[in-house]
Amino acid sequence: MQDFAAVERGRYLTSAADCGSCHTIPGSDHPFSGGRPIETPFGVLVAPNITPDRETGIGAWSDEEFDAAVRSGRRRDGKRLYPAMPFPYFARMTSEDVKDIRAYLSTIDPVRNPVTVNHLPFPLNQRMAMAVWDELYFTPGIFKDEPSKSKQWNRGAYLVQGPGHCGACHTPKTFLGGDESSKPLQGYTLQGWVAPDITSGQGPLAQWSRDAVAQYLKTGHNQFAAAAGLMGEVVELSTSRLTDDDVKAMATYLKDVSGPKPTADSSADAKVLTAGGAIYQDLCSACHKSDGTGVPNLIPDLTHAATVNTGDPTTVLRVILQGAQSVATDREPTGPAMPAFGWQLNDEQVSAVASYVRNHWGKAQREPTEASRSRHEVHQSEPEQDAKPK
Amino acid sequence: MGRKLPRKDVVIIGLGWTGSIMAYELADAGLDVIAIERGPWRNTATDYPPGYAADELRYRIRHELFLSPSQTTFTFRNKMDQTALPIRSWGAFMPPNGVGGGGVHWNAETWRFLPSDFVLKTHLTERYGAAFLPEDMTIQDWGVTYDELEPHYDRFEYLCGTSGQAGNVKGTLMEGGNPFEGPRSRPYPNPPQEQPFGHTLFGKAARDLGYKPFPQPSGNMSRPYQNPLGVRLGPCTYCGFCEWFGCGNYSKASPQTTVLPALVRKPNFTARDNSEVTRINLDSSGKRATGVTFVDAAGEEWEQPADLVVLSAFAIFNVQLLLLSGIGKAYDPETNTGVVGRNFTHQTISDVVSFFDPTKFVFNPFIASAAIGMCIDEFNGDNFDHGPHGFVGGGYMGQIQTNGRPIETTPVPPGTPLWGAQWKKAVKENYQSAMKPGTGVHGSMYSYRDVYVDLDPTYTDRFNRPLARITMDFHDNEIKQNKFLTDKFAEIFQAMGARQMVKEYRKAPYDVTKYQTTHLCGGAIMGSDPGTSALNRYLQNWDVPNLFVLGASAFPQNAGYNPTGTVAALAYWAADAIRSKYLKNPGQLINA
Repeated sequence: MQDFAAVERGRYLTSAADCGSCHTIPGSDHPFSGGRPIETPFGVLVAPNITPDRETGIGAWSDEEFDAAVRSGRRRDGKRLYPAMPFPYFARMTSEDVKDIRAYLSTIDPVRNPVTVNHLPFPLNQRMAMAVWDELYFTPGIFKDEPSKSKQWNRGAYLVQGPGHCGACHTPKTFLGGDESSKPLQGYTLQGWVAPDITSGQGPLAQWSRDAVAQYLKTGHNQFAAAAGLMGEVVELSTSRLTDDDVKAMATYLKDVSGPKPTADSSADAKVLTAGGAIYQDLCSACHKSDGTGVPNLIPDLTHAATVNTGDPTTVLRVILQGAQSVATDREPTGPAMPAFGWQLNDEQVSAVASYVRNHWGKAQREPTEASRSRHEVHQSEPEQDAKPK
Repeated sequence: MGRKLPRKDVVIIGLGWTGSIMAYELADAGLDVIAIERGPWRNTATDYPPGYAADELRYRIRHELFLSPSQTTFTFRNKMDQTALPIRSWGAFMPPNGVGGGGVHWNAETWRFLPSDFVLKTHLTERYGAAFLPEDMTIQDWGVTYDELEPHYDRFEYLCGTSGQAGNVKGTLMEGGNPFEGPRSRPYPNPPQEQPFGHTLFGKAARDLGYKPFPQPSGNMSRPYQNPLGVRLGPCTYCGFCEWFGCGNYSKASPQTTVLPALVRKPNFTARDNSEVTRINLDSSGKRATGVTFVDAAGEEWEQPADLVVLSAFAIFNVQLLLLSGIGKAYDPETNTGVVGRNFTHQTISDVVSFFDPTKFVFNPFIASAAIGMCIDEFNGDNFDHGPHGFVGGGYMGQIQTNGRPIETTPVPPGTPLWGAQWKKAVKENYQSAMKPGTGVHGSMYSYRDVYVDLDPTYTDRFNRPLARITMDFHDNEIKQNKFLTDKFAEIFQAMGARQMVKEYRKAPYDVTKYQTTHLCGGAIMGSDPGTSALNRYLQNWDVPNLFVLGASAFPQNAGYNPTGTVAALAYWAADAIRSKYLKNPGQLINA
């Protein structure tokens, strides 16, 4: 018999854990039926079907088997899951949480859709290798409250470290793809986007208030930034569906994670910055304003946007080259978009304006801003905007 | 008959301003709504981004955003005894195409009509006597009053974030606003835009002459704005690429920047672009619409059944589709019977180009927006005594110069050669110190028995349907009106210190190659009498009660203002009638 309250809790946790982001092909009418390729630094994995279909989904699984997959990274046959499935984070959830998620997934329409998950090259396609990885990077155990912190902080820490699995993208990775646990949430680059450093203290979010962080999670927009790309998906499918109390809790915890100041870019040449400034005033200032501050909740403030102030310029370059569609949510339905400039600016010009944007307003970066590399990389993927003159 | 699609509650023909507003209102009421749009979907960042939105050649000269005459056009003639010929390049008006319709490339001049405009026939007859009106003038009352429309004007202004200075809030006159406007329930949502130097000087000169100048109500944002649907607009940068252009930075009110983002989130709304409705289908009684037939981009014909049909294309296409669908009796000017096609109007526009001393005046005309400007309303509607002048009607006038774009902003004094070194020298000398308001005198055009739309007997479109035929000429009343207004307008430039002025009076015959405005009105007008109007006061068709026809085609005659504010207010008014009356008891709302 279905327990409605459990199903509802599970539905909510499924959003909090953003299961749909990987297990649903965007735009598909068949949620959770899998098939979406997930790019990893080691190759492509395809998200499996987690609808209740007994043959190709998880309909035949017991609750215990489901729990083992979600929280321990173990398949039904006992083999180990690749950590594209963020079980090291999901391990922080309780067995009740996972049971509720299962209860919810059992209410989804079963879809027959066989998925071949493993597209990794040898030897990575050998799941045995994961035993070593688990040893190095997987710490089992549910989330434990930090008694010295508030209830709200602890709720936020649970959501961020557990179902929200924020660090899966935002925490730097070792060469084996495990979290660099000494640098939590200090930024990582994946699938052609930067998951920026989202630390406070001296980090890029230093000037963001708790409410600004919460507003960003809930609506995709605030006075500083707009969620696009992968984070746009996270907002659409996950954080915008959380309660106001929960996004505030996440913001409370996140504001308590401190990071160092992004370092200065000694390579930023004065001539390049002058050229970049001229391009900026010509092409960018109409929307982002001459001083980079943009328009609250509509046009990002480049002096405070985390993607601009993080160490890696990938997102800045990508967005200049290709444009970006920001997320539309019920609270912020506008969904403004940045047009592409890759058709108009050459690599040198893109680099110059990116350097200007990243250095001019007092925050500077480690790495020189190279557009040619990014142009190559973004051309590997589908264009975000087709803004070439027709 | 094409393949049949699943039935919808509502089918909307044309997804411009009125289609978007109605789609939102009816989807919000829980109805399953589909909109079918002839042109393409358009988004700011992909279709007119700042990187090339400011391309005068592409958008202004080559008409990128408009309907291509190769897709469809109209035929035109001045007089009933002439043979009409197809228009092959747009001139006097610019028919829109695509999602957002004219709302993408409009100026965003967001006016309300005067209270007396809605009861024009009654008002003028009472004040001047019936004999004062020309015999062949066919003006009518609208069947709706300003007071009834006020809340709907208000909704549109708050949807758009209109920038302006109220002149009359609940009967209290406000300093700096238009003292002639009807009472409004509250001020504009945003303060007026900043005025450039030349516009400010015009305001000062007008004030010195005893007029009450005020900033033109503008859909270009004076500050960031979030509308009641949650949609945001950014502040205008005064780049001067608005009129004929899409706004690249979310600063001009359009369906894209105000309604569509909220509309497309509704799961009970769908849209089909690049699909042209060819017919509204009727049942065997001819009294009920069963839906529409349309042709998609691949040339496939489809039938879309629906319980309610909303016709919200550009004015003249509304008229054409009614005629092609056999809805309502076609107007016959010989017998003065029939309703579809009658009371077709446009606008009576003129300009004064003035030249100032370049050593004393630097206007920087490129700093502008499409709805910027200082205006006076002393000579609009019946704001002045027409008795001594022998005409009716009028218009607002103002220094509303929208741009200083390089290709077209080349005012040179009379006598300058048309090309060559002397012309170039004159352009250079006068660019900064000449004023060219464009549509400076924005006069009304009233309706006449021999100005109308019918189906062309010769020319057909790509589906072999007859083209719409326009028969239109200026009448003496409008020519007199324009002469009077243009002279008054020139006096203000004279007072500003112009050393030379060129009065560009509007003259007969009506010239379809010279741009005026895109304000084609009438042809499927609203009213109280089914014998002289196609629609009742709620824009519901008299003959087919499950058909509502939105847009300026409902205007019995055109007033001396830009029509969009009234067009949108009527759309909200009709939507309100559908939601509060029609849906409870579908049928004819008015027993005539």
